[in-house]
Amino acid sequence: MAATTTVPSAGPISGSRSFLSRLRDGDEIARLITFLFAGSVVLITVLLILTLWQESALSRHKFGLHFFVTRLWDPAAEQFGALTFIYGTIVTATVSLAIAVPLGIGAAIFLAELAPARLSDALEFFIDLLAAVPSVIYGLLGVFIVVPLMRDYAQPALKNTLGFLPLFSGPMYGIGFLTAGIVLAIMVIPYIISVSREVLMSVPRDQREAALSLGSTRWESTWKVVVPFARTGIMGSIFLALARALGETMAVTMVIGNTPTISASLFSPGYSIAAVIANEFAEATGDVHLQALIELGLVLFLLTFLLNGLARLLIVITSQRGGAAAHA
Amino acid sequence: MKRIAGNFLAALALALTVVVFAHAALSINGAGASFPYPMYSKWFDEYRKSNPSIEINYQSIGSGGGIKQVTEGTVDFGASDGPMNDEQLKAFQDKHGFGILHFPTVLGAVVPTYNIPGVTGTLNFTPDALAGIFLGKITKWNDPLIAGANKGVNLPSAEIVVVHRSDGSGTTYIWTDYLSKVNDEWKNKVGKGASINWPVGLGGKGSEGVTGQIKNTPNSIGYVELIYALSNNISYGSVKNSSGSFIKADLASVSAAAAGAANTIPDDFRVSITDAPGKNAYPISSFTWLLIPEKFSDAAKRDAIKGFVKWMLKDGQNYTEQLSYAKLPKEVVAKEEKALAKVQ
Repeated sequence: MAATTTVPSAGPISGSRSFLSRLRDGDEIARLITFLFAGSVVLITVLLILTLWQESALSRHKFGLHFFVTRLWDPAAEQFGALTFIYGTIVTATVSLAIAVPLGIGAAIFLAELAPARLSDALEFFIDLLAAVPSVIYGLLGVFIVVPLMRDYAQPALKNTLGFLPLFSGPMYGIGFLTAGIVLAIMVIPYIISVSREVLMSVPRDQREAALSLGSTRWESTWKVVVPFARTGIMGSIFLALARALGETMAVTMVIGNTPTISASLFSPGYSIAAVIANEFAEATGDVHLQALIELGLVLFLLTFLLNGLARLLIVITSQRGGAAAHA
Repeated sequence: MKRIAGNFLAALALALTVVVFAHAALSINGAGASFPYPMYSKWFDEYRKSNPSIEINYQSIGSGGGIKQVTEGTVDFGASDGPMNDEQLKAFQDKHGFGILHFPTVLGAVVPTYNIPGVTGTLNFTPDALAGIFLGKITKWNDPLIAGANKGVNLPSAEIVVVHRSDGSGTTYIWTDYLSKVNDEWKNKVGKGASINWPVGLGGKGSEGVTGQIKNTPNSIGYVELIYALSNNISYGSVKNSSGSFIKADLASVSAAAAGAANTIPDDFRVSITDAPGKNAYPISSFTWLLIPEKFSDAAKRDAIKGFVKWMLKDGQNYTEQLSYAKLPKEVVAKEEKALAKVQ
């Protein structure tokens, strides 16, 4: 009841109300509580970095910046370098986005713009289901279905047609960067579709109607007006997918081959940061080994931070250009 | 309505008393190796049947975690597939002011397993062949070092695909400990550990990851625990022991390795029995240990743990074979019973 009586006083004069009355009305309390909630996100991030930083002191002092450029990872000799894992993480994430982005956005356009509403809603239900499947299930799917298919059909086919590229050369085990990228792509596509579809559907009707009234076809209005309008949101869905692809552990470790290698071939077995941490953490007895693994956690954090920053920069640049085009 | 609620409350109170009563029992916590976990959980269960007041909880978090937790003092005892090294012993001593003791409980073994189309029988492996394959120096199945020990087997001239564990594991420790003992190049270039820098091969996560990879990849070879191979009907090869005979691992040949090493076992039981002497000894065998602090501030806990170890060495050993673990030889049991007096 108290809230309804204050409604008329809200607006221009609300600033003049005393602190006490605002406190009594709950505004200040709500402000404080929501501020604490929002602040906790920053606090958790800072604490996370601090802990990773402190717990990796030994490894940081021993290897310094060489940690980032050393390929060797030898727990028996206590020599550690992150380069092969950084490489594997970036390559698998790139492969997965190269597959998932066109597929995901294409599917989202169909669901939001072209499909009948009932079909779109029904499919959305399945997509949300896919997003909720635990990653170990995707890993098992990878091991039992994707790996044999890759080894027996996809990899020989790629080698026969595109084998002149270093990307598709070398022995074909079925596991490796390419397979890990494909499994990751399957895992992140639902995120891209789900978020992009919502964003596309929230584009105002006037935008479409204006384009149609100017004589554009359905597809022209979708591709030239609706999609550019929703670009920021679509980019957001790609970030979400990227973050998931960078940090995915279980499914990747089951199909990537767990061999620290840097190879131009996507058929080669590799290793990712998240996978090596999951594999070696439980049985890491030496302090340096343990701390090197924690430092890898820090590296993964930085990598995610860096890639996210780059992607955001990309958005700022492209949205400015888009804005300029709209004004012209 | 009121009566139902009253009954419910009474029942709840009764349930709580039962729970409280049950919890009045002595609770002992341990953590560590996952390899002996099925054995330990069976033992703790059986032991509780005859000693209802003692409840032993065990978390199988891995040997590394077991050593860390017992050193931190967050559990009463630890368990490990590899003995603690001198640094770790010193860390424990520095933190607590007293030492920690190793007690072997059962034996495990690691066997080479392979998938070669057209080869169905048991292959024989010499130490040099195994080291050569895992070093990446022997690359074809019909290499003379393999073929020489397998007269009459038609080995293909196919590339060997090596598969190893990717997760840190006691299995890898035993396997690489063995290779380090029998091959100098392995010892100098690669070494031993729960995780190592593999010269060649693909990594599979867990025993199931390794066997899955081998089943899926023609001409591959890897290694798994004997118990895993036995319970999943995986065929595996024989390995030449230090007396020159090819031994296929089974519970008896693994116990024989411990018996062969019994005379040379040091008083602290920190010993590797890979490549043990003895005509019938399987060479890639190992103890797994309980890690028990020398001193307990709580006398009841101390007595309970000592009581359990005593039971485990005698009655407990009867349960080992039904779970495919190899039992301790008499010589080791006698020695451990003596060592138990050191726990105060």
